[in-house]
Amino acid sequence: MTTHTTTNQTAATDGGGDVRLTGISKDYGSFTAVHPLDLTVPQGSFFALLGASGCGKTTTLRMIAGLEEPSAGTVHLGDQDVTALPPYKRPVNTVFQSYALFPHLDIYENVAFGLRRRGIKSVKKQVGEMLDLVQLGEQARKKPHQLSGGQQQRVAVARALINHPKVLLLDEPLGALDLKLRRQMQLELKRIQTEVGITFVHVTHDQEEAMTMADRVAVMNAGRVEQLGAPADLYENPRTTFVANFLGTSNLIEAEVDTRSGDDVVVKAAGDKLVLPGARCSAPAKAGGKILVGVRPEKIGLTHADDAGTLPEGRNRVTGTISSTSFIGVSTQYVVDCAACPQFEVYAQNIDRDPRLVPGAEVVLHWNPAHTFGLDAAQSVLAGTAGDAGAAEGEAV
Amino acid sequence: MSTLTEAPPPPAPTGTEPKPPRRRGRWTPYWLLLPGILWLVVFFAAPMVYQASTSVQTGSLEEGYQVTWHFATYWDALSAYWPQFLRSVAYAASATVLCLLLGYPLAYLIAFRAGRWRNLIMILVIAPFFTSFLIRTLAWKTILADGGPVVGALNTLHVLDVTGWLGWTSGDRVLATPLAVVCGLTYNFLPFMILPLYTSLERIDGRLHEAAGDLYAKPSTVFRKVTFPLSMPGVVSGTLLTFIPATGDYVNASLLGSADTGMIGNVIQSQFLRVLDYPTAAALSFILMAAILAMVTLYIRKSGTEDLV
Repeated sequence: MTTHTTTNQTAATDGGGDVRLTGISKDYGSFTAVHPLDLTVPQGSFFALLGASGCGKTTTLRMIAGLEEPSAGTVHLGDQDVTALPPYKRPVNTVFQSYALFPHLDIYENVAFGLRRRGIKSVKKQVGEMLDLVQLGEQARKKPHQLSGGQQQRVAVARALINHPKVLLLDEPLGALDLKLRRQMQLELKRIQTEVGITFVHVTHDQEEAMTMADRVAVMNAGRVEQLGAPADLYENPRTTFVANFLGTSNLIEAEVDTRSGDDVVVKAAGDKLVLPGARCSAPAKAGGKILVGVRPEKIGLTHADDAGTLPEGRNRVTGTISSTSFIGVSTQYVVDCAACPQFEVYAQNIDRDPRLVPGAEVVLHWNPAHTFGLDAAQSVLAGTAGDAGAAEGEAV
Repeated sequence: MSTLTEAPPPPAPTGTEPKPPRRRGRWTPYWLLLPGILWLVVFFAAPMVYQASTSVQTGSLEEGYQVTWHFATYWDALSAYWPQFLRSVAYAASATVLCLLLGYPLAYLIAFRAGRWRNLIMILVIAPFFTSFLIRTLAWKTILADGGPVVGALNTLHVLDVTGWLGWTSGDRVLATPLAVVCGLTYNFLPFMILPLYTSLERIDGRLHEAAGDLYAKPSTVFRKVTFPLSMPGVVSGTLLTFIPATGDYVNASLLGSADTGMIGNVIQSQFLRVLDYPTAAALSFILMAAILAMVTLYIRKSGTEDLV
C-alpha cells in the first residue's frame, strides 16, 4: 500500500487497535435499542454485525462512530476511551448507507474533505492515489450525481479510507446496489480491506454478504448479540434457533431425549430415532427432556423408499413424502412432508437425478449424525425466519 | 426493415414530401399556455410598451402628450432624483442584510431544531400576512413613537447616541429617520427571506452533517463547508425576494420616514399621482427596473449558484 507511507495523523501512539465495547447500551425512552453489550473487534479484522432491521446493529455502529451517545457503557479504540469524544475527534470514519456524498463538491473535493479538515495542505498525491485505488481517477472532477450508484459507493469508501482511520465503519454500504454489482463490490471491499489492513466493521442484514466478506460475524437480534464467531462456525454450529434460521436455512425437529450413549445423544422424534454428537448439543440433554434437533438442507441425502435397503447403517433416517420440488440449476430443492417435520427442506446437487423423485414419491431422508445439532426447545422454532430475516434468506445456497 | 426492399426508390426531393402523420395532442401545451400568455400580454407587455412610449413623450396635461422621442427625460430624471435612487438601494440593501441576519438563524432553527414546534413557528412567520401591509406598517408608527417604550429604552441604553452619530437617527427620535424606514422594510419583507431559506435548508440531508462531522469537521466547519453552501439557493432567492420589492417600496418611507428619507418609489408615486408628470414618472420606473435587473444579474453571476438553483 503506497498510501501507507504517508504519515498518519489520526493513529494515536498507543499500540493495540482493537475496538472494545464494554457494557454499551442505548435506550430511546422506554425502548431499548441495544441491551448492555460487550464486544471486541480485533485490530485488522473484517467484522460484520449481522441482523434484521431494527436489531440494533446500526445503533451499535453509530455509537462507535460517535453519532449516537450510549446510554451506558464505554467505547475504547485501542487504549483510548473515546466514549465522550464527538465524532469529529474520533479516529474513525464511516461509509454511510446512502453514501452522504457532498452534492456541492466534486469527487476530488469529497475525497479530500477529511484531509483538508485536518489542516493538510498538499492533498493532491493522496487523493490521486486513493481515487486510483477505487478506480475512479477519471471521474475526479465530476459531481456525485453524475456517477452511478456503484461509483458513488466507491467514492464514499475512498472518502473515508483516505484518512487512514483506525476503524472503518460501513453501514449497509451495498444496500442500494443491484445484486450483480453488490457481489462485485463485496469482493472489491474485501480486496481493499486486505490491501490497507484497516479494521472494518460492516453492518448488514444480508447473511450471505456477511459470510462472504467477514472474518468474524456477530449475529444480532432484538438488541442483543445472539452468537459471535467465524462464518463457517456460526453456520455449522448455531446455538440458537435465530442463528440457525437467519444464517441459511435449517430443518428444526422437536424431539425428546431418549438416552445418552458415550459422546452421542439419542433422541426420538415422531417414532424415528436420531443420533447427534453431545458436543453439538447446546441444550441440556437430560433423558426425557425436549430439545430441537437441527440439520442443514444440503447435508441431507434423498433416496426413494424402494432403495431404502441400500443405505449404509449408522445414518439418521426420516421417512416422508415429497410435497414439492423446484429446480434451480446447481441444485434441486425438495420440500418433504415428514411426521416429525411437515416442511423438511432438502437441497440436492444435480449430479445424478433420480427421475422417481417427484411430488408424491415416498422417500427416505438420511444424513450423517455428525451433521446434526441440538438446540434448546424453549425457543421459538420460527425465530429468524419471518419478516426481514426471511427476505435476507432468499439467496441462501 | 424488410419492407424497405419492396418500397419504390425514394422520389427526388421536390419539397412536396408527404407530411408526417399529425400527432394528436401536439398543440395541447400551447393551448394550456394560452391563458397565461394572454394575461402577460394584457397586463405586463402592453403596459410596458405604453409606459415606454410615455417616457419619451413631451407636452402638458392641457395640450396632451406626443411621442417626440425625447430621451433627455431619462437624463433629467436621473440627475434630479439620483439621491433617492441611492437611498433606495442603500435602504433596501440594509434591510436585506438585516433580514438575512435575522432570518437565517430562524430558518435554521425551524428546519433542524424545531421538532414538533415546526408547524407552529411556520404559522407565526406567515401570520402577519393575515393583516394588511398598511396596518402593519402603521403599527410600527406606534411602536417607534416619540417617547414610547422602545425609544425610551434605546435612549437609556445610549443606542440612539450611536445611531445618531451614524446618521441613522436624529436627536431623541427614531420615527421619521432612516432607521425607522429600514426597520419597517426589514419587518415587512422578513417572511420573504425566511421561507426560501427554510425551503432550501430543509432539503439538506441531515446525514451530510453527520458525514462532515465524521470527517473531522467541527460544528462551525460543518456549517461553513456544508450547510451554508448547500443553502445558497435559498440565500440567493431570499435576498432577491427581499431586495427587489424593498427597492421599489414607498409605503414604509412615506409612513415611517420624512422628506429626507424619500425613496425612489415615493418620487414615482408623487410624479404620477400629484405632479402628474407622466413622462418623468415613466422614465424613473424604467431606470429603476434597469438598475435592479443589472444588479440582480451581477449578483447571481457572483454568487455562482446557477447550477444549484
